[in-house]
Amino acid sequence: MSTDSTSGGAEVGQPPTAESAATGPLVEVREAVKYFPIRQGIVFKREAGRVHAVEGVSLTVRRGETLGLVGETGCGKSTLARCITKLHPLTSGTLLFEGQDITGLSRSQVRPFRRRMQMIFQDPYGSLNPRRRVGSIIGDPFAIHGEGARDERKPKVQELMELVGLNPEHYNRFPAEFSGGQRQRIGVARALALKPSLIVADEPVSALDVSIQAQILNLLEDLQREFGLTYVFISHDLSVVRHVSDRIAVMYLGQVVELAGSEELHGRPRHPYTNALLSAASVADPDQAAARQRIVLTGDVPSPIAPPTGCRFHPRCPKAQEICVEQTPPLVARAGDPDSHLTACHFPVAPGEDLTRVTATIPEEERAE
Amino acid sequence: MSLLEVSDLHVSFRTTDGDVQAVRGVSFELDAGRTLGIVGESGSGKSVCTQTLLGLTTGARVRGTARFEGEDLLSVSEDEFRAVRGAKIAAIFQDPLSSLHPLYKVGWQIVEMIRAHEPVNRAVARRRAVDLLGLVGIPHPAQRIDDYPHQFSGGMRQRALIAMALALDPKLVIADEPTTALDATVQAQILDLLLRLQQENGMALIMITHDLGVIAGLADEVMVMYAGRAAERADRRGLYYRAHHPYTNGLLESIPSSGAAGARLRPIPGQPPSLIRLPSGCAFHPRCEFAMDRCTREQPELVPVEDGVRHASACWLPGRLLGTTEEMKRARQDAGAAGRTVERVPGQSTGQDAAVEEGAA
Amino acid sequence: MSADPTPGGAPEPADRTPALDGAGLALAEPPAAAAPRPGAADIEGRSPWQLAWIHVRRDRAAMISLAFILLLALLSVSAPLLAHWIGWSPTDQDRTQGLTVDGLPVGPSGRHLLGTDNLGRDILVRVLYGSQVSLLVGVVSTLLAVAMGVLVGLVAGYFGSAVDTVLSRVMDLVLSFPFLLFAIALVSIFGSSLAISVFVIAFFSWAAVGRIVRGQTLSIREKEYIEAARSLGANDLRIMFVDVLPNLLAPVIVYTTLLIPIAIVFEATLSFLGLGVVPPSPTWGNMLSDSLDFYQVAWWFPLFPGLALLLTTLAFNLLGDGVRDALDPRAERLFQD
Repeated sequence: MSTDSTSGGAEVGQPPTAESAATGPLVEVREAVKYFPIRQGIVFKREAGRVHAVEGVSLTVRRGETLGLVGETGCGKSTLARCITKLHPLTSGTLLFEGQDITGLSRSQVRPFRRRMQMIFQDPYGSLNPRRRVGSIIGDPFAIHGEGARDERKPKVQELMELVGLNPEHYNRFPAEFSGGQRQRIGVARALALKPSLIVADEPVSALDVSIQAQILNLLEDLQREFGLTYVFISHDLSVVRHVSDRIAVMYLGQVVELAGSEELHGRPRHPYTNALLSAASVADPDQAAARQRIVLTGDVPSPIAPPTGCRFHPRCPKAQEICVEQTPPLVARAGDPDSHLTACHFPVAPGEDLTRVTATIPEEERAE
Repeated sequence: MSLLEVSDLHVSFRTTDGDVQAVRGVSFELDAGRTLGIVGESGSGKSVCTQTLLGLTTGARVRGTARFEGEDLLSVSEDEFRAVRGAKIAAIFQDPLSSLHPLYKVGWQIVEMIRAHEPVNRAVARRRAVDLLGLVGIPHPAQRIDDYPHQFSGGMRQRALIAMALALDPKLVIADEPTTALDATVQAQILDLLLRLQQENGMALIMITHDLGVIAGLADEVMVMYAGRAAERADRRGLYYRAHHPYTNGLLESIPSSGAAGARLRPIPGQPPSLIRLPSGCAFHPRCEFAMDRCTREQPELVPVEDGVRHASACWLPGRLLGTTEEMKRARQDAGAAGRTVERVPGQSTGQDAAVEEGAA
Repeated sequence: MSADPTPGGAPEPADRTPALDGAGLALAEPPAAAAPRPGAADIEGRSPWQLAWIHVRRDRAAMISLAFILLLALLSVSAPLLAHWIGWSPTDQDRTQGLTVDGLPVGPSGRHLLGTDNLGRDILVRVLYGSQVSLLVGVVSTLLAVAMGVLVGLVAGYFGSAVDTVLSRVMDLVLSFPFLLFAIALVSIFGSSLAISVFVIAFFSWAAVGRIVRGQTLSIREKEYIEAARSLGANDLRIMFVDVLPNLLAPVIVYTTLLIPIAIVFEATLSFLGLGVVPPSPTWGNMLSDSLDFYQVAWWFPLFPGLALLLTTLAFNLLGDGVRDALDPRAERLFQD
């Protein structure tokens, strides 16, 4: 863990003391809610509705672990990540970083915390400014936080470039002169510059070719070991998330539906959605592919503008019953599960249960197409 | 005679930086009712290859032949081509939104497509369109036929495109990354649908993908492409369990698999080569851990590596070295070492990953 | 609006620059190892601007235009020298042979290469001096307009919401102003002068630039690298000028080259109407205006200032087109698999 303390002296923004920093979770999210208003009108904008991007998510990120966030389009995983890194303010709920409540901090008050939490973005093309040289992009964190004079930065940046496997001589090149994998390394170098404790990686490998993807995953793993980093790793790809994560949170329509250790989740998935997701993941093995039973969900993910009542998964769930339409199941440890395995489901899937043979008992008109 | 016989296909494009050699001598054949998976990373030429068959690579310089039912697609006139494309060969692309015209109703687009090729009246064509939408699993097809593309979800749009592809009962369907833009659960639906339709209609299918997982349960035969050439071609089991080409093995080992969760991945070092300035000899040699002297000089051709089955690999390593077991890896190392008289130039063999490990250690 | 900015489905793998990663394989190897890779050296370190320049250089029309503009600028700067060498100042009236016995302009001759005007002044010298006014007004007013437009457009596009609404309405207002009426009104209040011309032209041009910049800023603002800068803790000022502005340069440069000829024509129009630079200082506009009564008897009188105006605006437009083609990202796109 890096020990450089931030110089920010504001009361709220005070960095935690060594003792409080060493104990307790690194990040704690309590009942986080994020709505995006949809505005209509040309001159006078009125709110026509809201996207329920994140709704009542509580989770903790432990020091040194990798927490995987997995889910499909519109599940709110990226929004949640941006709420954690304070790119989006929460609509309601509490966000604690290193034990400090940073929910209501203004942009300038957050600044001292920024150096301790960094992001890696999905698009290795979009996340680097095409008109700036790589050296100055990686040096950005130093420049923004006023660390070192301009000429002192260059060796630091080149050191970072070497660390992530880039040729330091390419300092003056433009992003367009690098391939996708190399650009993602640039993004990693930028995130590492200030020696953060938390790195939130939003689909860092989904835009890369398989062979390059593995290079970046290994790089992230090495850096975690060397610098004691904590990762929040977001992906739609279960096999990738499983590979990197200690714990995995499965999200669906703005809510965490299941949270468990990586192997536990894969070994004994309790939520029907997790089961479906696991069964839908592609495997590069013809025999396994032929042998496995796919739980093919009906329909598509409903709109987050008007999410379903009760359990948000009920319109697509093979096990849905009346109660699922009425009541939202809490995210708690279910009978027979370890305390660390939380599921938000009224009828969690029992080990060995065959979901492909189950049919829901709710009226047809309440189901999605 | 096979349904489709492509032989020695070359495609290149002129750019300001030089000629991009996208496809460099690819041959394959496909029988009716069979599925060929073409796997490769970006820049492997997998899409260009089939786009050329569809006549979609305008401005490219094309060489070679592509016989479809005995007729060379690459030498027919534009009019003849149009009659084949759509009617006998249909295509499904990655991005269903840009493949559908946003301002016309989905049904209208299918109807027009049918009427462009067949002399039927609007009512008949419309009935067929409704049937097709139902066939691909769109609920309430009689109503949804009058929706615009934006009213469909991503998965439904892909279904609509599949319906359109099937409208004229094609003999061959080319699907270029049809599920890449979709979520995992929807992807599973679409793959199941394609498989079912293929079995029902007996059409031949070419599935292009970057993801070996997508076609593991789907393809009869798989061709792996690298830098515009076929690296390996085999039946499904041969390719996944007894791969010969180091690139195929590298691809298989790069995938985080359930069997080895937490274990370190073994990526292929380095980056795909520039298609303008290709490496000498085997294009894969700078990234290959088994590269020999010969690999830097001579380009290997696809040659059979197994008896009794169709399994060919374009690699100078001895043909018997198949699969990813440790034993085989050692045997390959030995073969590589034996074929190496001088040390290779450093920097051509080791890639970034080795350097990363160095840097992080 | 989507709740989840990144689609869950994987896009086509982005590792698709076939041409530009030649030296990538040798990364972090000893530098000596990186060197021998063939083809790596000659594609190294080309900035987007260098690529654009390579592109422009291949555009013949643009290069000829550029040469013409540079030549014109040179002639215009050295106009006093040339006048001295030719022997007439722009206001000198050739009292002996400047006019015919009927008091009409004389045609091109050895004494007056391009003939004389209605007051017996040398047209060549006056056209040369006129280029000073045209270029000066064209360039200065354009630069003023661009500076103003970039600033307003950047602020409007970057901050959005109420700031954007107000600034956008102001731009709409300016764009809907009747240009000539306003110019006449201003000149009648302040009297005509070079400064007033520059001001009037800049005032009517900045809003168009502002709109373009605003639109570009709106789209750049949504880019991931802006989000990245924000996540690093950069403040608005830094993001606007370090991250957004460099990406605006290409459209702004294109628009600037295309705005200069418009400004030159504006100036000519003002002078033509007697609202610009005060006579007897020559401008192409007031020369054209003077020639109106004589074009039937003295074709050279309207022809040469008119030709100068035409060629200059044409050259700027052709150069602008060339620059636009060169800076258009689509033009440089390699084939993608």
